[in-house]
Amino acid sequence: MTLLREKDYGTPKAKTEKTVTVEIDGFDVTVPEGTSVMRAANEAGLAIPKLCATDSLNAFGSCRLCLVEIDGRKGTPASCTTPVAEGMKVRTQTPRLAKLRRGVMELYISDHPLDCLTCSDNGDCELQDMAGAVGLRDVRYGYEGDNHFTESAKDVSNPYFEYDPSKCIVCSRCVRACDEVQGTLALTIEGRGFNSRVSVGGANFFDSECVSCGACVQACPTATLQEKSVVDHGVPDRTVLTTCAYCGVGCSFKAELKGDQVIRMTPHKDGKANHGHSCVKGRFAWGYATHKDRITSPMIREKSTDPWREVGWAEAIDFAARRLKETQAKYGQKSIGAISSSRCTIEEVWAVVKMVRTAFGNNNIDTCARVCHSPTGYGLKQTFGTSAGTQDFDSVEEADVILIIGANPTDAHPVFASQMKRRLRKGAKLIIADPRAIDLVRTPHIEAAHHLPLLPGTNVALVNAFAHVAAVEGLIDEDFVKDRCDLESFRQWLDFVKAPENSPEEVSKVTGVPADDIRAAAQLYAKGGNAAIYYGLGVTEHSQGSTMVMGMANLAMATGNIGRRGVGVNPLRGQNNVQGSCDMGSFPHEYSDYRPVSDDAARELFASAWGRTQDAKPGYRIPNMFDEACNGNFMGLYVQGEDIAQSDPNTQHVEAALKAMDVIIVQDLFLNETARFAHVFLPGTSFLEKDGCFINAERRINRVRPAMRSQTGLQEWEATQMLCNALGYAEMNYAGADEIMDEIAALTPSFQHVSHKMLDERGSVQWPCNDAAPEGTPIMHVDKFVRGKGLFVVTEYVATSEKTNRKFPLILTTGRILSQYNVGAQTRRTQNSDWHEEDVLEIHPSDAEARGIHEGYWVSIRSRKGEITLKAVISERMAPGVVYTTFHHPVTGVNVVTTENSDWATSCPEYKVTAVEVAPANHKSSWQEDYEATTPELRRILTDGVAEPAE
Amino acid sequence: MSALKLFLPLDSTAVAMGADDLADALMSEAAKRKLDLRLVRTGSRGMHWLEPLLEVERDGKRVGYGPVGEADAASLLDAITGNGEHEKSVGAVEEIAFFKSQTRLIFARCGVTDPLSLADYEKHGGLKGLDKALSVNAPAICEEIMQSGLRGRGGAGFPAGIKWKTVAGAQADQKYIVVNADEGDSGTFADRMIMEGDPFTLIEGMIIAGIAVGATKGYIYLRSEYPVAHSVLNAAIANARNAGLLGENVRGSGKAFDIEVFLGAGAYICGEETSLLNSLEGKRGEVRAKPPLPALEGLFGKPTLVHNVITLCSVPAIMAKGAKFYRDFGMGKSTGTMPFQLAGNIKQGGLYETAFGVTLGQLVNEIGGGCFTEKPVRAVQIGGPLGAYLPPSLFNLPMDYETMLANGAGVGHGGIVVFDESVNLLEQARYAFEFCVEESCGKCTPCRIGSVRGVEVIDRIAARKDHEKNLAVLSDLCELMVDGSLCAMGGMTPIPVQSAVKHFPQDFGIKQKQEALS
Repeated sequence: MTLLREKDYGTPKAKTEKTVTVEIDGFDVTVPEGTSVMRAANEAGLAIPKLCATDSLNAFGSCRLCLVEIDGRKGTPASCTTPVAEGMKVRTQTPRLAKLRRGVMELYISDHPLDCLTCSDNGDCELQDMAGAVGLRDVRYGYEGDNHFTESAKDVSNPYFEYDPSKCIVCSRCVRACDEVQGTLALTIEGRGFNSRVSVGGANFFDSECVSCGACVQACPTATLQEKSVVDHGVPDRTVLTTCAYCGVGCSFKAELKGDQVIRMTPHKDGKANHGHSCVKGRFAWGYATHKDRITSPMIREKSTDPWREVGWAEAIDFAARRLKETQAKYGQKSIGAISSSRCTIEEVWAVVKMVRTAFGNNNIDTCARVCHSPTGYGLKQTFGTSAGTQDFDSVEEADVILIIGANPTDAHPVFASQMKRRLRKGAKLIIADPRAIDLVRTPHIEAAHHLPLLPGTNVALVNAFAHVAAVEGLIDEDFVKDRCDLESFRQWLDFVKAPENSPEEVSKVTGVPADDIRAAAQLYAKGGNAAIYYGLGVTEHSQGSTMVMGMANLAMATGNIGRRGVGVNPLRGQNNVQGSCDMGSFPHEYSDYRPVSDDAARELFASAWGRTQDAKPGYRIPNMFDEACNGNFMGLYVQGEDIAQSDPNTQHVEAALKAMDVIIVQDLFLNETARFAHVFLPGTSFLEKDGCFINAERRINRVRPAMRSQTGLQEWEATQMLCNALGYAEMNYAGADEIMDEIAALTPSFQHVSHKMLDERGSVQWPCNDAAPEGTPIMHVDKFVRGKGLFVVTEYVATSEKTNRKFPLILTTGRILSQYNVGAQTRRTQNSDWHEEDVLEIHPSDAEARGIHEGYWVSIRSRKGEITLKAVISERMAPGVVYTTFHHPVTGVNVVTTENSDWATSCPEYKVTAVEVAPANHKSSWQEDYEATTPELRRILTDGVAEPAE
Repeated sequence: MSALKLFLPLDSTAVAMGADDLADALMSEAAKRKLDLRLVRTGSRGMHWLEPLLEVERDGKRVGYGPVGEADAASLLDAITGNGEHEKSVGAVEEIAFFKSQTRLIFARCGVTDPLSLADYEKHGGLKGLDKALSVNAPAICEEIMQSGLRGRGGAGFPAGIKWKTVAGAQADQKYIVVNADEGDSGTFADRMIMEGDPFTLIEGMIIAGIAVGATKGYIYLRSEYPVAHSVLNAAIANARNAGLLGENVRGSGKAFDIEVFLGAGAYICGEETSLLNSLEGKRGEVRAKPPLPALEGLFGKPTLVHNVITLCSVPAIMAKGAKFYRDFGMGKSTGTMPFQLAGNIKQGGLYETAFGVTLGQLVNEIGGGCFTEKPVRAVQIGGPLGAYLPPSLFNLPMDYETMLANGAGVGHGGIVVFDESVNLLEQARYAFEFCVEESCGKCTPCRIGSVRGVEVIDRIAARKDHEKNLAVLSDLCELMVDGSLCAMGGMTPIPVQSAVKHFPQDFGIKQKQEALS
C-alpha cells in the first residue's frame, strides 16, 4: 500500500546481444553494448545525478549534472550521452564532479522560485531531489538577477493539467516526449539562450495540436506540467497497478491514490502493451467512476413507465429472479437470455455465461462483440484456426510495410498508434485503405505511401485486387504456401483471384480507387519486406465483414506474411475486454476457446463441471433476440454493461423489442439508454473497483485490481452469482474472482496455466499459455497454423444491398474520435467533452454546396430507416458522396438512421454503409424530439416518496 | 583597338568602401569618352585599407590605384589611358610589402581572376588538384590529406585526415559533405573573401572531399549576411554544373557530386557543427550531444564530413602540389598556411595568408602597422569573440595551434582584433558573457543560465560589490562553463573572461597583482 516509484535508468535499454564490462566506482558492470554510462551505473545501483535524462527518452545531454570522469579521456563527459566501452573505468563521485554539479544546481536554483513548501510537486520533484543529492547549500548569485520565476501566467486551458512556466528548467523532456513517445510534435522550444521557453505552438495548450496524452506531464521533472488533480489534492501516497478500461490496447496503469481517492492515473513503464505511454482517455478521463450520475443502489419497478424505487440487493435479486422465472414459465425456457459486456472482466463475463448455461438452461448468451469484431472471430477461425489477432503489439517494430484498413489508430487506439508512428518514422512504408483521410495519411514526419479512399462497402473487391496483383505478378510466396497451407483450397483461390474481374482495372470501377494506385499498393504489400495488416471496424461492420477478414487472411498467407514478427493480420479491437469476453464463450454457439456447443465432448465437459445438461443448439444472437422479442418469443433479458438502445443499429426496432419484453435487467454504472426500458437496475462497478482480468487485442491477459472498495457493496460477479443462486443454481459459490479464473483455466485449454497468482508474478501473459506454451504466445501460427494447414477461402465480392439512389444519394459512414469513447457513457461524464461536445456531420464541400449547406448549419440526415438532425462541418477528409459522423452522444441518435443489414456469417451490423440524403434543417428530427420529451419520465427515481428525474 | 580591361573587386569590403559607385562612375565616364571599357569584378587582394583598389595590367604586371572613389573616375581614366601616374597609385600590387611577404596557397587566385570564369580558374592552376584526385583512388586521397597534416580551420584544429577516413569508412546509402560557411566570428572574413573572390576553390575542394569519402551531395551552409557570396556561389555552381564539373559525371569520371547552397537564419550558434546540421535539416539550431559524431551520424542521420570553408579550400593545393609540399609550410603539428585576418583598431587591416609560425607581434605591428589611432596596442583578441585577450608582452608568441593552446588562447579561425590603450578589459569580459547570452542555443544549463549570471557577476565586480566573493564566483562560473558546457559556445565563453582577468587584473580592481603583470 505504498506509492510505487519506478526506477529511472536515465536512458533507454540498449537492444544488442553483445555485452561489455566496465568499471564504475570500482564495481564491475556488464551491460549490452551501446548502453550509456549513466544506465550502466544505475544497473549497478549507483545513481548519477540527472535532470534532463529519463529512460523513456533518448539521451539529450543538456542539464550537465551527470558529468563523470573517465580514465584516459579528457574533460568531464556527460554520462547520459557517453556509451560504455570495454574496460572503461568511470568515476561518478569526485571532488571536481561534486563542485561542477553544485555549480549547475546553483545556476538552476538562481532561476527557480523558492516556494517548495507550497509547490504542488513538493515531495515529488526531481529538481528538489537533485538539490539535495548534490548538497547545494548556497546560491551565491542571489535572486535579484534576470529570471523567469516572476512569470505568473499559468496556462490552465487544458482541463486536466496546467503549465506553469515559472517552474520550467528547460530540460526539453516535455518537447522530446511529445516527439519521441507520442509523435505529435505539439511542443517546441521557442527563443534561444536564456529566453528559451517551452512553446505549444498555439494560443494555449487547449487550442494547440496537443492531444493530451499526458506524456509531457509524465516527463516533466518539476511542477511545470502538473496534473490539476495533484495541484488540487497534493501528491498521492499509494499505488495500485491495474489496466485501463477503454480501448483494446489494454494499457497498464498505476492508479495513484490517497486513501480511496484516485489522484491520478499514470502509465506503467513495465506495461507490456503500452511501455509507459497513455492517451487522454486512460490517463485523464477516469472521473466518471465517481460521477454524480453513478447509481450505486439496486432499483426496481413494475413497469418501465413507473419511477424507479431504490431497494436492497436481496429485494432486487428476488424481484429479478421472480420475473425471469415467471417469464420462462409463461414463454418457455428459451424465452430469456443475457448479453455480457466487453467492458467487464473475464471473470464477470464467465459468471454471466455460466448463469445462462446453468440457471437459464439455454444458450441465449451473446456479447457486444456481436456488433464489432464477430467477423474477426469467424474469419480468422476459418482460415487460421483461432479467433484472435496473430501478433503482439511490439511486432510492429519489425514491420516494413504497414497496411491499415478501416481503422483510425490515432483516434481509436492512440497508444498503439504512437508505437506504429515510431516505426513509420524509422522508415516503414504505410498503406491506408479508408474512405476517410485519417490523420495518419499525413501527419508530422509521416506520410502514407498510398491512401486508397475506397467507397464504403467495397473492401472485399479491394483485397481481391491486391491478391490478383500478387498472383499475376509472381509475388506469391510459393514455399510458404506449399509448406503451411491447404493446397487444394489455395488452387481454387488462385484461380478465383486471377480472374479478370479481380484486376485493379475492374476493381477500380467498384471502389473508385485508381487502378494504378491499387496495383502499386499491392506490389508494395507483397514485396516490401515484412508486411503487417492492421484493421478495425471499417472491415468488420459490413455485410461482407467476415468475407473481408478471410480475404486479408488469404492475402497474408499467399505472400508469406504470417507466423513471425513484423507481419500478421491484426484486429485493433475496440473495447478493453472484447477479446476476453469472446474468449470466455459468451456466444450462443460457442464455449470458451471457441468450442462449438454442437461438440459433444465440449458439452460433456461443461455438463460435468457445472452439473447441468447442456443444450446442443445455439441460442439467439443479439439481433435474433430483438426480432424474437417483437415476435413474442424472447421476453426476458439480462444485459450487463452494454447500452444496446444507443449502440445497436436501427434504434426504432431495438426500442420496439425492449418495450415488448416482460423483464429487462440492466447492470451498469449509469441509467443508460437501455435502462429507460428496464425493470431492474443492478448497479455495476467501475474498473477502479474490479478484481479480475481484461484481455487486450494482442491476447494479453492483464490484471485489473481494485483501487477502491466497490461503490455498490458487491463485485459485479457477486450480483450475478446472487441472481444465479436465486434462480435455483446454488452451485455457483465463488469466494473470489481468483476462483473464477481457476475455473476458467481448468475448463479452457488456452488458459491452462493462467491464474491470478501467476499474473501477479509475471505481470501479464498472452494466451495460449499452457503446457505447450508455458511462457504464453506473443506470435501465433509460427510453425504451423492452429488449424493445421492454413485454409484459403474464395472471397467473392458481393455488393451490399444498401444502395444509393436518387432519393438517398450519399453514403453515411461512422467512426470514433480521440476524446470520446463509443456510446460516451464514460467520456461524456468527464471533461473530455470539452473537445467534442456534440456529434457533427462531416460533409465534402462539393456535396455541401450542392445542398446549400454551410459550416455549422443544422442538417437532417435521412435514411430508409429514420432521420436525425446534426450540425454540419465542411471537410475534405471524405471523398464527395460520402458523409461521416460519430456516435458518442445519445441525443444524436445516429443509429436511428443505420440499418439492420448485417454480416452474412455473424450478423455483425453494417454500421459503415447507410444510404442517406442530407438537407438543411431548422428543427430536430421527430425521434430526437420524442427522445427529449420522454426520457426524463423514464428516468425518474422515487426519493422520499417523490419521483425525481435522475441526474 | 581592343577594350581597356580594368579590375575592380566585387568583394563586400570593397563595395562597402564604394567600389560599386566607382564602377558606375567608370562606366559612365568611359561611355562619355566612347572608350571601350571592360571592367572585371574580381575578389579582393585583402589589403582593406586600400579598398577600393582599382587594377590594370601594365607591362605584364598588375598595377593598382587605391583607395579610390567615384570622384576619382575621370582622373583615373586619364592616368590609365595616359602615362599611368596618379596620386592614388600604389604601383605594382604584388610588390606591396603586405602582399609580397605572403604565401598564398589558398588565396592564390583571389583578386586576380574573374571569380565566375572557370577558364580563368584553370588558367591560374585550378582543377589540378581535382584531376590528381580523379587519377588516384579514394583511400589515396584520404591518405594524402592525412599526410599533409591539414587541420580544421574552423577553430578546433582537428586533423582533417582522420575525419575523412572516418566518413570514408562508414557504411551508408548516402553521405554528405557539409561546408560550414556560417562565418560569425567578429573580425573574420576569410571565408567570405574566398567565396566571393574564388568560389571554384571551394567547389573543387568539396568535389575532392566527396570523391574521397564517398559523398555525392554537398551543402554549403552560408550565413544570410553574405548576399554577395550567395549570388557568386550560386552562379559559380551553375557554371560548374554546365561545365560538367558537378552533376552525375564529374569531369567524365563517372562519379557524381552536386552542391546546394543553404542560407542560415542569423544564429551564431549555427556555426557549431551539430547546430548547423539541425538547422540544415530544418530544425531549431540546437546543439546535439556527441557521440554520435557527425562523421558517422550527421546530416539526416547519415555520415557527414563537416568542414570549414578554408579547410576545404586548402585541399586543391594539397592535391595539386602534394602533401609534402604543403607540410613543409608551418611548424610542428601546425602545417600549411593560414589566412590571418587583421581587424579592429589596426592601420593596415586585411587578410594575410602565411605559414604557421609567424609571431603575433609581426602580424600586429610589422604587417598591420599597429593601431589605426596611432596609440599603443593594449590587447589583441585572437580567434573571434570567444578567443583570448593577449597583452603585448606575449607578442613574441608564434601563431600555431600548440603554442596558443599552451598560453590559454587559440588560433581559432585566424581572426585578430586589435585594441588600443583606451580599452577596458572588464567591459570586454562582460561583452563575452553578453555575446553568449545573445547567441547561446539555450540547451545546456551552464551556457543558458551561466552567461546571464556572468554578466551580473561582472557588474557586481565593476561596482566593487562583495568584490572578493564575486571574483571567486566568477572563477567558479568560468570553471563550470569550461568543464560543463555541451559545446564550445559555452565552453569557450570563459576564455576571453579568464584571459582578461589574468592579463589585465587592474581592470577588475585586483590590485595586488597589478605590479606583477603590468
